[in-house]
Amino acid sequence: MSAAAPTQDGVPMLAVRGVKTYYGKIIALKGVDLDVHPGEIVALIGANGAGKSTLMMTIFGTPRAREGRILYEGRDITRLPTHEIAKLRIAQAPEGRRIFSRMTVMENLQMGASVADAAHFEEDLARVFRLFPRLKERLHQRGGTLSGGEQQMLAIGRALMSRPRLLLLDEPSLGLAPLLVKQIFSAIRELNERDKLTVFLVEQNAFHALKLAHRGYVMINGQITISGPGRALLKRPEIRAAYLEGSRIEQVQGKR
Amino acid sequence: MEYFLQQLINGVTLGAIYGLIAIGYTMVYGIIGMINFAHGDIFMIGAFIALIAFLALVAIGVTAVPLALFLVLLIAMALTSLYGWTVERFAYRPLRHSFRLAPLISAIGMSIALQNYVQIVQGARVKPLPPLIGGGYTIIDSPVFVVQLSNVQILVVLTTVALMAVFSWIVANTRLGRDMRACEQDLKMASLVGVNVDRTISYTFIIGAALAAVAGIMHLLYYGVVDFYIGFVAGVKAFTAAVLGGIGSLPGAMIGGLLIGLIETFWSAYFSIEYKDVAAFSILVIVLIFLPTGILGRPEIEKV
Ligand SMILES: Nc1ncnc2c1ncn2[C@@H]1O[C@H](COP(=O)(O)OP(=O)(O)OP(=O)(O)O)[C@@H](O)[C@H]1O
Ligand SMILES: [Mg+2]
Repeated sequence: MSAAAPTQDGVPMLAVRGVKTYYGKIIALKGVDLDVHPGEIVALIGANGAGKSTLMMTIFGTPRAREGRILYEGRDITRLPTHEIAKLRIAQAPEGRRIFSRMTVMENLQMGASVADAAHFEEDLARVFRLFPRLKERLHQRGGTLSGGEQQMLAIGRALMSRPRLLLLDEPSLGLAPLLVKQIFSAIRELNERDKLTVFLVEQNAFHALKLAHRGYVMINGQITISGPGRALLKRPEIRAAYLEGSRIEQVQGKR
Repeated sequence: MEYFLQQLINGVTLGAIYGLIAIGYTMVYGIIGMINFAHGDIFMIGAFIALIAFLALVAIGVTAVPLALFLVLLIAMALTSLYGWTVERFAYRPLRHSFRLAPLISAIGMSIALQNYVQIVQGARVKPLPPLIGGGYTIIDSPVFVVQLSNVQILVVLTTVALMAVFSWIVANTRLGRDMRACEQDLKMASLVGVNVDRTISYTFIIGAALAAVAGIMHLLYYGVVDFYIGFVAGVKAFTAAVLGGIGSLPGAMIGGLLIGLIETFWSAYFSIEYKDVAAFSILVIVLIFLPTGILGRPEIEKV
């Protein structure tokens, strides 16, 4: 696949340090440490309810970390209001896609560009259409009436409209047909390689995710238990047993 | 027939006023899922500010009616907006992440506080405004009944239609309108894309209060009097209008306002004027039981 992994010395783009997040009295993240370096694709895998989506949202301050720190390019953003974090050009396609269902595709993309300079709106729009030509055909359709796959494209497209430097993707392949999964993953790779976009993604589809990512983290029960280069993680027996059992068939097909 | 036509004219006028107030209820509900019980009192404050402004303008010699009306409109909208903003900022926002009923209780408290404040500062008695806009048109001059359309009625309806058109355009086409709709559909996602949710909510209260202020001016011109209690009665009717039209829906608030105005007027005209408020409240109950989503409401209001 890709060329050598990006360097990991220097200031990480995103640094999560000892983050604990609670829902009321229930603890969801029990002290998470994690780094994403500029130019990397980092995958976070883990079972249902492990706390992956909670981490993605905690990075945006909703819910807020009760302990620990989150640093973006060395700057502490732990207590920053959510919309201020968005202004730092971190974008998220969150769990459940959260398309503005009674807005058109175009309006959803305009919402994505909320914090971007209006001067490069057309250029960013063109980039999204190049990645997902389907969206161009559906431009004036209401978001809620799109198919699941189209909604996923729109969620990613909307996130790209802010011209982010760090893109957070929460289960971009969820509920998509294999062909579409491939398309989404190749779009992510293209963004990373050509536009130097840094990507931090959560995936159930561990095989695809670890194959794509430079590095991966495994989360169990609100804690990071294993981390390492994506390909190396794929070879580890405990990961194969826990996350790849159901993916044998894909694995065979995935061999290119 | 003549009598009917006259009631229709009166009903539409009243409905326009209710519709303007109802927009404030429906917008706030749409975005933060809360009934702003103090909104009727904001309307009452708007009417009082208008009255004071009219009298002050006359005192300093501004007697040309169109100019005075224009200035009063600006003054009342600006000051009433300030009230609307303040109520949200200090009585509701601090409670936004509190338990669900907290803002509602706070709103009822604000409603009582505003009423008492006006009662103390302005007195409990009804305050009159000398008729500023006289005249009108006689539409049918039959021996049985004379149908009239007053200039005030024309002003009320035209102003309302114009404001609703402008406001609908803002919601559909501007950045602020889009942000408001985004907040209405998914507050959390709106903040993720960088919308300042608190500020958008503030604007919603400001716009709602400005529209209520216009309704207050119209009410003042139409009836010629105000007192501290008009906000409660008109508020409940406008709220009923919002529920009838489908709470959260903008065109619903307009249609609901019109319907409530018509129902109240016809009820008074053909049945019993004493029970006109009962009619409006009965409709609220009936709608809540049999048509909880209203005429244009969405069955699935996905609140997050
Ligand atoms: N709003 C909430 N209120 C209370 N508990 C919550 C809330 N959201 C998540 N949780 C709990 O926090 C834990 C972590 O949830 P989270 O959604 O982060 O898991 P996840 O790793 O993303 O799971 P999945 O793979 O199923 O998406 C779960 O036990 C979940 O029940
Ligand atoms: Mg999740």
